[in-house]
Amino acid sequence: MNSWGFVRRPWRLAAEASALVIAVVVAFPLYWMVLSAFKPAGEIESTEPRPWTLAPTLDSFRRVFGQQEFGRYFLNSLVVACTVVVVSALIAFLAATAVTRFRFRFRTTLLIMFLVAQMVPVEALTIPLFFQMRDFGQLNTLGALILPHIAFSLPFAIWMLRGFVKAVPEALEEAAYLDGASRSRFLWQILFPLVFPGLVATSVFSFISAWNDFLFAKSFIISDTSQSTLPMALLVFYKPEDPDWGGVMAASTVMTVPVLVFFVLVQRRLVSGLGGAVKD
Amino acid sequence: MAAHGTVEKAAGRVARATAATRPPRTREWTPWIYLAPALVVLGGLLLYPIYQLGLISLFEYTQVQVSGGEPATFQGVGNYSELFGDREFWRVLLATVVFAAACVVSTLAVGCALAVLLTRVRALPRLALMLAALGAWATPAITGSTVWLLLFDPDFGPVNRVLGLGDHSWTYGRHSAFFLVLLEVVWCSFPFVMVTVYAGIRSIPSEVLEAASLDGASQWRIWRSVLAPMLRPILVVVTIQSIIWDFKVFTQIYVMTGGGGIAGQNLVLNVYAYQKAFASSQYSLGSAIGVVMLVILLAVTLVYLRLLRGQGEEL
Repeated sequence: MNSWGFVRRPWRLAAEASALVIAVVVAFPLYWMVLSAFKPAGEIESTEPRPWTLAPTLDSFRRVFGQQEFGRYFLNSLVVACTVVVVSALIAFLAATAVTRFRFRFRTTLLIMFLVAQMVPVEALTIPLFFQMRDFGQLNTLGALILPHIAFSLPFAIWMLRGFVKAVPEALEEAAYLDGASRSRFLWQILFPLVFPGLVATSVFSFISAWNDFLFAKSFIISDTSQSTLPMALLVFYKPEDPDWGGVMAASTVMTVPVLVFFVLVQRRLVSGLGGAVKD
Repeated sequence: MAAHGTVEKAAGRVARATAATRPPRTREWTPWIYLAPALVVLGGLLLYPIYQLGLISLFEYTQVQVSGGEPATFQGVGNYSELFGDREFWRVLLATVVFAAACVVSTLAVGCALAVLLTRVRALPRLALMLAALGAWATPAITGSTVWLLLFDPDFGPVNRVLGLGDHSWTYGRHSAFFLVLLEVVWCSFPFVMVTVYAGIRSIPSEVLEAASLDGASQWRIWRSVLAPMLRPILVVVTIQSIIWDFKVFTQIYVMTGGGGIAGQNLVLNVYAYQKAFASSQYSLGSAIGVVMLVILLAVTLVYLRLLRGQGEEL
């Protein structure tokens, strides 16, 4: 930690005041979202919006949860995001181990390929993936959302985990083998726990990309709406000409809270994780 | 046979003996086993679709061909000449580049400034700003888009009241609509830059900064001459990530401007490709736009690789 005691007092107070003001501004959209979710309908549609409400109500939430299959959409989103996180973390861990702890032909080529793969505009692949999912019989199933997201989160996850695997000293590996550990024992019982903070940091990115997915849900789930995800449920209330703001904000709140909880839980590891990944 | 068996046993003993003292590095195929799942997934769901994208862009591929009514006919570069001959494509391409550049510059400026600010304050204001930023980061693109629309709603939004703008509509004009989307994009993407750069500054020994400060260097000077050079690798990473993300913005434009704005005034390449492919079933034109995006981003990647190499980074 830097000690900034040498920064003069009035400046520090000014800096702290501006940090607090900026925090309020940054948090304001979220506050307004939650507030609007609890406002009665008449108050949201008021042309004199007030930053508080005297009559909080659960009406909007009732409308959201009363919507056909909203719970199902929520569960679908959770299944998609969690599957993507777990599967891509495991695959990325193995791949990152391979490219950092082994010397073999094409290693550098592979690394460059992983780097280049990060740049692929996945949205542009919607068209071929649509036909591919159709041919695999995956259209209108959660598989059409899970499979592509695993592939898209892998390159970044491998690239990021590389730093964590590298940081584990080689001597530790040799000591493990001296003690008679097998390679797989070293991999799962020693290396895996050691790079776990890195896995947490990478899983934040894969969770977000899967949880936020709007384009694939819109393009690949076309007839069987029971396989849809939260963004689609939100759009039920959002009609550009005449949006049901209460419903949109309640659905948005329900959609944002799980990610928020996840972020707060992994906060420390995320900051140290990013530090570890970029220091390398 | 017998002799062969003995040799094998002997080899096994030797292998066991060496395995006890050093890792079994001899097996060439071990890394490939570890890599296999990643390569299968990436090959099947990234590489193959890219190949298909290129292929579709060379064919006549519309609703008739998709449903199997007519065979797909080879067009060569026909789709590309149609695309490049279309004034709208060039307008969208220019808008995409300018919009992405504005997003990247604003995100980096805000993110870096706030990262420096974070190091100047005590624990409580730091926690407040960090939590607010994590909140913005955690907000899904689609919910962020709708909330910002409500904030700037001409009738029900608080922003127009505070600014005294009456019922000014932000999404009506081309520039104000792009500006509104830019604000949302910066809001949800500066936290990544802020947290990463902050983590980077923390890893710099404080003596270096104290020395600069004692020598009477201004804050700007410290940033320019001490922090920025030491943070260069991190700045390169966040810049490249921002370019990639902002060049591909889809949800925010699609939701906030109602699918690309009035008369397509707020289209960016991604939304343009989507509209061409899925709204008007011109899959080959949509694919050609996708190929153009791919080429542009690959060019960015090459620049990135050269930067990494220039820093002497070992891959």
